[in-house]
Amino acid sequence: MLVLQAIIEGVLVGGFYALMAAGLTLVFGVMDIVNFAIGALIVLGAYLSYSITTHFHIDPFVSLIFTTPLMTALGMFIYVFLIKPIKTNKVVMSLLTMFAVATLIEGILDICYNSGFVQIHASYINNSLRIGKLNFPLIYVLSFLLSAFLLSCLYLVTYRTKFGRSLRASMQNPVAARLVGIDTDRVSMITLGIGIGLAAIGGMIFGTTNAFNASSSYDIISRLLVIVILGGFGSVGGALVAAIFMLVIQDVVAVVWSPVWGSTAFYMILMLVLLVRPQGLFGKKGVRAQ
Amino acid sequence: MSTDTTISQRPTPPSYEVPKAIRYGALTVGFLVLVIFPLVFNNPTISTIGVFAMIFLMAVTGWNIFSGYTGYIALGHAVFFGIGQYATAMLASYWQIPPGWETFLLIPVSMFLAGLAAIPIGLIVLRVRKHTFIVLTIALMFIFQLFAYNLRGWTGGSQGLEVSQPPWDGSIFNLPYYYVGLFLAIIAIVTSFMIRRSKFGLSLLAIRDDEDRARSLGINTRNSKLTAFVISAIFLGAAGCMYAMFVGSVYPQFSFDPAFDLELSIMAFAGGLGTILGPSLGALIISGAQQYFLITFGGANVFLIVYGALFILILRLLPGGVVPAISDKWRSHVVRKEQRILDSELEGPAEAGAHK
Repeated sequence: MLVLQAIIEGVLVGGFYALMAAGLTLVFGVMDIVNFAIGALIVLGAYLSYSITTHFHIDPFVSLIFTTPLMTALGMFIYVFLIKPIKTNKVVMSLLTMFAVATLIEGILDICYNSGFVQIHASYINNSLRIGKLNFPLIYVLSFLLSAFLLSCLYLVTYRTKFGRSLRASMQNPVAARLVGIDTDRVSMITLGIGIGLAAIGGMIFGTTNAFNASSSYDIISRLLVIVILGGFGSVGGALVAAIFMLVIQDVVAVVWSPVWGSTAFYMILMLVLLVRPQGLFGKKGVRAQ
Repeated sequence: MSTDTTISQRPTPPSYEVPKAIRYGALTVGFLVLVIFPLVFNNPTISTIGVFAMIFLMAVTGWNIFSGYTGYIALGHAVFFGIGQYATAMLASYWQIPPGWETFLLIPVSMFLAGLAAIPIGLIVLRVRKHTFIVLTIALMFIFQLFAYNLRGWTGGSQGLEVSQPPWDGSIFNLPYYYVGLFLAIIAIVTSFMIRRSKFGLSLLAIRDDEDRARSLGINTRNSKLTAFVISAIFLGAAGCMYAMFVGSVYPQFSFDPAFDLELSIMAFAGGLGTILGPSLGALIISGAQQYFLITFGGANVFLIVYGALFILILRLLPGGVVPAISDKWRSHVVRKEQRILDSELEGPAEAGAHK
């Protein structure tokens, strides 16, 4: 029974990681950027929601109306002022830039909020949902539903809209996309905006389900990177499967063995998989780029 | 090429490199400054900055041997730094080494252990390239951090470990650390120099420029990369050992610290990634500034902001680093001078003819 509970909880939490990993993969696919700052940005989103809920006594889900546009704008700002000017050695330079952005954000948050742990509060946060003999925290179920809803929105945007078509074109072949008249700069800017806007929502989910401080970002980013590598860089489906799979494994190991080893198991699986498949579970084998 | 006789009359082709006299002169001056530094500034606060600068000097030179020459940016070298630290702390208590000169004997042991650990790690991470490689090295660092937290019996978990410090007098306490650090840093720089000038170094540079083509030319890229990885890990192990001895305590979050890798890459990028002395210059300037900030402002958070902002600025304004910028300046200076000579040579006879 405990194991079943752990599996379902793994799936519920996995929804959050799947959403974040999808954003990360999308950004990577369009502009070859590993958004290393996503962990710090999620924590930033969490703190923004935390401030709004504590000062104005608004429901955390409602606070998203304010934080998401703000973070989207921040994403576009980062693209225009930091990523776009990079001309040479884009992959490495952009990753290092994002690393620097992450450090900057962490330092600022640490000063603004001290380093004590906080958690976003709402009246229903400690309620739980009872199904048969199983007990689930209500907030996990709600955040899973929100993640699933946003993932389907993301799917609709990428596969059913004109913007989605230019996005996929830029992912497949940026040069050819530019040739047929797609403004890849604009697509990249909006994609980074979406990716970082999602971090606002992810931040709210993370902040309601966990106690966090400024250095929680490393915990998030390390897991997300593992998920994205495991799923194969640039594969959204792979990221979803890997997120659910990894979180289930972690929760089961935590229940069966010890919570201490839960996250270690997470990383050990990555190493084992990469020994067999260096390109990840769903990644394509790297093609030689000229 | 040219049939113009005035050009072939010039005795030697111009060298676009900074002349040897200037380079070696600057190197000697720098070396002498480093040697007498703690004797002139014998204030312990200042010489502490010097010790940290030496530790970072050897660490970043080691890092550059792998990442600078092969172009694989490793952001997980804190693993070897941490292994050096934990090896020192654990062995010092296990072998019950009395605090004093004997502790320095742990440096070769830490170097050996870090190098040994680099072999299996390198075999795993060097299977992938580019972003996957970077991300994988970061993930690896978190794995080691988790091990340091979880294997409480050996590492003391989050309580950390202590390295007892020798009962030396405060006024001379820093000197042995400084000079041992300087000695190791010079070994690292000489190794880096010799690698850069060897055939092995050329194969690393070929990997940086185009790995597949290097392979098709018959370079055993896997072995070259692995060798460079192990050599760089060895120097990181030495740096870790020095750090643990000097600071006197070892904690998971500081031994396997993501910020450490950021520091290394900032130093290398600021000085000039892939050059021999660029990273050293970056290490001296940035780690000096870092310790100074830490003493003046206190608190790690200000410091994170300064770092982040500084790194963004360096990447934006000086993507090549200081040393390549200087040699570029020199090259354009030489070219301009050549151009002037050529112009006057071409114009000279023509004007003479006109006068007749």
